[in-house]
Amino acid sequence: MSATILSWSVGIAQLLLVAAMACCVYRLIRGPRAQDRVLGLDALYVCAMLLLLTFGIRVGSALYFEAALVIALLGFVSTAALAKFLMRGEVIE
Amino acid sequence: MSHAADLPLWAALLVSFFLLLGAVLTLLGTIGLVRLGTFYARIHAPTLGTTWGAGGMLIASMIFFSVTQSRPVLHEILIAAFVTVTTPVTLMLLARAALYRDRTENNDGVPPFRPVIDEPSGD
Repeated sequence: MSATILSWSVGIAQLLLVAAMACCVYRLIRGPRAQDRVLGLDALYVCAMLLLLTFGIRVGSALYFEAALVIALLGFVSTAALAKFLMRGEVIE
Repeated sequence: MSHAADLPLWAALLVSFFLLLGAVLTLLGTIGLVRLGTFYARIHAPTLGTTWGAGGMLIASMIFFSVTQSRPVLHEILIAAFVTVTTPVTLMLLARAALYRDRTENNDGVPPFRPVIDEPSGD
């Protein structure tokens, strides 16, 4: 009973997160300017991190948590570097 | 989902509630990312996913692993703290970069570099 409830809710949550990632990809492709694309990428990696957490709950292993942590770290660095690039035209001055 | 067969019903309901809450809020944030009109309006939308979207997912994960392993599993707090700290930093950097670009190109709808100080008329 509880396994059925859990598998359905994890599946629905994964579908909703994939729809959210599709919205982010739309903004990443269509975004009229560069900052819109960077914003779409930022939201995309947050959605990917949450999707990995739902995979961890589905499989029941804590390995996915570490992958989610790495995605969160790298996403922060990449968005900060891209924002610096938009501002200055170069990343390391 | 054989590992979840011995999960009590209350834990399954609680995990499902927080999972769906997080997923729905994340989806709402990204729908705002698609639908809103200007960049400065759009930059507010995905923060819905990074606050309660990520929060709901992480609470669900904490409850699930704490109940199945019958010990407190709290390492999801790391992701929660990290996302909470870094999201305002990155989005403010991005908004300042966008504002700088709009100002240098003299676009409409952004304030100029220096605020225009009105001279007092007459004396």
